Amino acid sequence: MAFLTTFFCPEGGHFALALACALAFMQGVLPLIGLRRADSPLTALARPLALSQCLALLFAWVCLIMASLGDDFSLKLIAETSAINKPWAYKIAGLWGNHEGSLLLWVTLLSLWCAGLALLPGQSTTRPEKLPDRLRARILALLGLVGAGFQLFCLTTSNPFLRLWPVPADGMGMNPLLQDPGLAVHPPLLYSGYVGFAVPFAFAISALLEGKADTLWARYMRPWVISAWALLTLGITLGSWWSYSVLGWGGYWFWDPVENAALIPWLTGTALLHSVLVVEKRNLLQGWCLLLALATFAFSLSGTFLVRSGILNSVHAFANDPARGLFILGLLGLYGGGSLLLFAIRAPSLASSQSGFAPLSREGALLLNNILLCTLCAVVLTGTLYPPFMQLLLGRTLSVGKPFFDATTIPLTLPLLAVMGASMALPWRQARTDRLIPRLAPALLVTAGNILPAFWLFSTPLAAFAALLALWVISSALLDLIFRLYALPEGNRQLHRLPRSLWAASLAHIGVGVTILGLCGMAGSQERLIEAKPGTHTTLAGRDWELTALTPHHGPNYEAVEAHLTIRQHDAHGPLLAELEPQIRLFPQQGQKTLHVAILHRPLEDLYAALGSVKEEHDPQGQSHYSAILRLHENPLASWIWLGGIIMALGGGLHLLPSRRRLMHSARKARS
Amino acid sequence: MSASRPFTRRKAGRFWIILACLLCLGSAVGLVLNALSSTIVFFMAPSQMLAHPPSSNQTIRLGGMVVAGSLHTSHATDNTPEARFDVTDGQAAITVQYRGILPDLFREGQSVVALGHYDGNGFTASEVLAKHDETYMPKEVADALQKTGKWDPRFGPPPDAASWNSMTAPQPTPPNRPGAAE
Repeated sequence: MAFLTTFFCPEGGHFALALACALAFMQGVLPLIGLRRADSPLTALARPLALSQCLALLFAWVCLIMASLGDDFSLKLIAETSAINKPWAYKIAGLWGNHEGSLLLWVTLLSLWCAGLALLPGQSTTRPEKLPDRLRARILALLGLVGAGFQLFCLTTSNPFLRLWPVPADGMGMNPLLQDPGLAVHPPLLYSGYVGFAVPFAFAISALLEGKADTLWARYMRPWVISAWALLTLGITLGSWWSYSVLGWGGYWFWDPVENAALIPWLTGTALLHSVLVVEKRNLLQGWCLLLALATFAFSLSGTFLVRSGILNSVHAFANDPARGLFILGLLGLYGGGSLLLFAIRAPSLASSQSGFAPLSREGALLLNNILLCTLCAVVLTGTLYPPFMQLLLGRTLSVGKPFFDATTIPLTLPLLAVMGASMALPWRQARTDRLIPRLAPALLVTAGNILPAFWLFSTPLAAFAALLALWVISSALLDLIFRLYALPEGNRQLHRLPRSLWAASLAHIGVGVTILGLCGMAGSQERLIEAKPGTHTTLAGRDWELTALTPHHGPNYEAVEAHLTIRQHDAHGPLLAELEPQIRLFPQQGQKTLHVAILHRPLEDLYAALGSVKEEHDPQGQSHYSAILRLHENPLASWIWLGGIIMALGGGLHLLPSRRRLMHSARKARS
Repeated sequence: MSASRPFTRRKAGRFWIILACLLCLGSAVGLVLNALSSTIVFFMAPSQMLAHPPSSNQTIRLGGMVVAGSLHTSHATDNTPEARFDVTDGQAAITVQYRGILPDLFREGQSVVALGHYDGNGFTASEVLAKHDETYMPKEVADALQKTGKWDPRFGPPPDAASWNSMTAPQPTPPNRPGAAE
């Protein structure tokens, strides 16, 4: 054990980080020289360098984790965010809840993506669809250059291995709000999505350098776009769920800059996902696709670093640490501005196919999807940047919130859903209306048949209309699968014979529909705020909610009061529906209170209770009575929002599995 | 004939693309401008609000310090908690009415931001925000205090929260009042 702590000491981690930075520089420079000179020894260095860089960064993480588990408060990072009595799982997970740790996580995830690229089997005569070695070396080199810049940033301005003197006896402890299992997984997922878009970015730069973005290029790039997109989708879903179930204000999306910073690259990433398809199948829109790949990564970068570091929100953060701010702006200028400059110089020379572009076709629908998604992105970007710009230019303080985003994003999302439902049935090149109408008629009928129920069930006409469009998306995706099944030759009509990509697309579209249905349901949520003594009954959403008791509760590093709520159907004598136990927790070390929300997830609604505060009153006899302030919610279809996100990501994951033909091929090879 | 056909088809395709882009762009600009004119929320300090009273249908963020001793809590007939407190920027004070749970870190003598409407004599808040950090002052509140000349960041950190009471609170501060808000 003593040997382990000496071996994995913070200085070892610091050294590993510096070594990784040097390796990343070599990974960035050597293969590019090799490619230029056409001598393969240097080119072949890309893979081992990527793997060793990844190992060095993982070693740094082990060092940091050992220091955190061993309560080494001589490290500044650990003294500021950890404490002796913090549960051990959060001693690990808390490491990426701050600036230095999350930056180290960022570069480590990038090196993991590189390692993934390096380890996957390359192109060979039996696997012509895999990445050719030269392209892979070029992409690894470009990713190495990106990684090197950020590792240098990490080393010079935000080093997690800095020591502290004098060594404090105990740490300051973590923000108790972050002590939640969801938050342990959320940053790694979200960051791997953010960072994943570095791979399409490198593909785009490589295409610009080579002056060639063709069908094959798009085919090589697509799995990387899909995996980054799926991870970002999961990350955003988890973040929104965390905000719903931990922050305790009953909502799931606050439109705050940190959330928008994730949504913006998701929107352009979704557009990229669809435009890559057009390049692959029709060899059209190359320039547009390249621009989206560059923009998505640029938005990911600025999202992570400008917004999360607080530079955008207040000039103070910048002034407190000018070195950090200038460095990050320099990196953003280099990677974002440099790539755009390269695009401006090289894009006009890219060859495009001469074939036409019919509006009523699959590519037409995908183009419309791209235009709408990018408009949505521009609107969200405007809403996010407007307040800081007004503050900076005119000195007026204002805020842009949910009303703005509702008024602008909903009118753009509705046509997007309408196109989405029709797109799956449209063939490439040119659709024929006489064939299209029978294909779409069943889904239209299903949607039309539900008009009355929708307007009866949903709270507002807008929610009902959006829910109908979501139904249109879901039913057309499902019915499309059935149509394709019947298009197969007789005797082969089994669902698993349909192409994997078709299943993936249908699943992702169904996920969007399910999320939209959840959003529409949540529009009709009901809430009540009450001040109640034990024994008080309240009626909400046709249920009787009774506060039965208030009891104290001891946690590992907090003290809590627990409210016991009993919910019965109809009235106080109805059948028992649920018992909810929300808590209010006081963390003495930080002097902070947090809410611990109690939620009962049911298929069609969530019952949600938060304990706001507890008051003590003394009656004339000197007896103390407690009363609680409770926030009660009934949220229809709430869990569908996150369920839809998971379905979308599953669709992406399904697409990445090896295809059936591939599996059969390798099985045949194994037999022979 | 066969050579010119792809060319015209390509031109027609271009036309549709440009038309779709223009339509989307136009509608987006329209939506944004419309939303900006009706949905953005301006921040005001109490003295600004008294000098230029906003119309009663406009949503405003009112920010300042909570006057010590001004918080009164009660609850309505349906058990909804209600609170009334004064917000000051050192020059003027405005009474805020709020139905709901005050945030955990709401304290008398500390900064607060309230979202709501002003009807000429009082402010009705639909939301009250206090940051989850006791030493933090919302940037907009700090700016407002600086404008009224009550605090200049060039001359050190903001004065102790307790000293804000003496600026406009007419009554002396009862002892232990801020602690009692828990």
